[in-house]
Amino acid sequence: MNSTRDIDALIDLMAKLPGLGPRSARRAVLHLIRKRALLLTPLADLMQSVAVTARECLNCGNIGTSDVCDICASHKRGNGLICVVEDVADLWAMERAGVFKGRYHVLGGTLSALDAIGPEDLRIPKLVDRVASEDITEVILALNATVDGQTTAHYIADQLDGRTLLTTLAQGVPIGGELDYLDDGTITAALNARKSI
Amino acid sequence: MEWRDQGILLSSRRHGESAAIIEVFTPSMGRFAGVVHGGASRRLAPILQPGAQLDVAWRARLADHLGTYKVELLRSRAVVSLSDRMALAGLNTVTALLMFCLPEREVHGALYARTEALLDLLGQNEVWPLAYLKWELALLEETGFGLDLTACAATGGNDQLAYVSPRSGRAVSLSGAGEWADRLLPLPPCLLGQGMAPDVEILQGFETTGFFLRERLAVQLGNKPLPAARQRFVDLFAAQMD
Repeated sequence: MNSTRDIDALIDLMAKLPGLGPRSARRAVLHLIRKRALLLTPLADLMQSVAVTARECLNCGNIGTSDVCDICASHKRGNGLICVVEDVADLWAMERAGVFKGRYHVLGGTLSALDAIGPEDLRIPKLVDRVASEDITEVILALNATVDGQTTAHYIADQLDGRTLLTTLAQGVPIGGELDYLDDGTITAALNARKSI
Repeated sequence: MEWRDQGILLSSRRHGESAAIIEVFTPSMGRFAGVVHGGASRRLAPILQPGAQLDVAWRARLADHLGTYKVELLRSRAVVSLSDRMALAGLNTVTALLMFCLPEREVHGALYARTEALLDLLGQNEVWPLAYLKWELALLEETGFGLDLTACAATGGNDQLAYVSPRSGRAVSLSGAGEWADRLLPLPPCLLGQGMAPDVEILQGFETTGFFLRERLAVQLGNKPLPAARQRFVDLFAAQMD
């Protein structure tokens, strides 16, 4: 019997995680074992717990541990604004910025002819329902500045046309960005959206 | 084996954590796929947007392999298409139809030239729909389902051509149509290169080319449905007419 079978299996599983390969997974597992009480046991307990409790928010598609996520449940967030994002990772990025104080709606992807993802595969009907039922005054389409992302934004705009104010994120020079290193598209978008100072 | 060419990026999909598999439509090699290492990176992902004009160098040990691309952006069409709803819908339908219709690694030099010219017109919404309609005719021609609009299939004359036979793809004149007129597809003058090509005629043209794309070409390709992007473009064009 191989005495390291479970550890090997753990390394194999860890190696499937984003950003990790077999070598880095082995280092991570070794580190966990060495910090058994501090890291491994609490991590195992939490993973077991999250495996049972993690679920998508029935309202917005965010990931939480209850049927309705904290953001949707918070009355302070009910200010009539909905920010539409492609993925939960985008929602977390917006939350990290800490600027947006409204609620979110996670589409779960973008329209894609290549991958045969149509409107019915996304959470667009639910968004239309929410706009009608939650007294929404503005929908912010915070989708990626890609062909698929903007195609989806235009489709949603068509679906919500006339029901509420629709806005999208601005495009332009990032904080700390140097013009010399920007692509032509970003410079053009920034120039088109210039503002007076 | 290796080759170098310019081409139009048709699609890019993530492969693993940092690579991307792209498909490029080139004049000398046709629709050709390959891996771009680092294609999902912050540096390359903005470049690899559908419609981009790329300088590509493809390399593989054997010709049958997927191979790897080195890419350099010649000009991006993202700026125009992302800021203009009609241009974006147009770009989507062109790339989706090429992906749908063209077999891999089959050269279509004439269609490539027309496609590049068409995409360079993106954003010029007063001329683009007609150019796109003509491009769809060229696509049907290139894939073996070209329409014969030179003379009436019934009478042989070329006066008053007003319909297209859905069966043969040949033009039919008003007199030749007779009682079959309601079963024929419209042949607006703009498809014959005549008149000022008002929007209503272009829409009729989309109806006709759409029929052959859907009922002939798509059936030949395994009866798959046409990419939804085409219908979205036609719907958007029709909505803008109102």
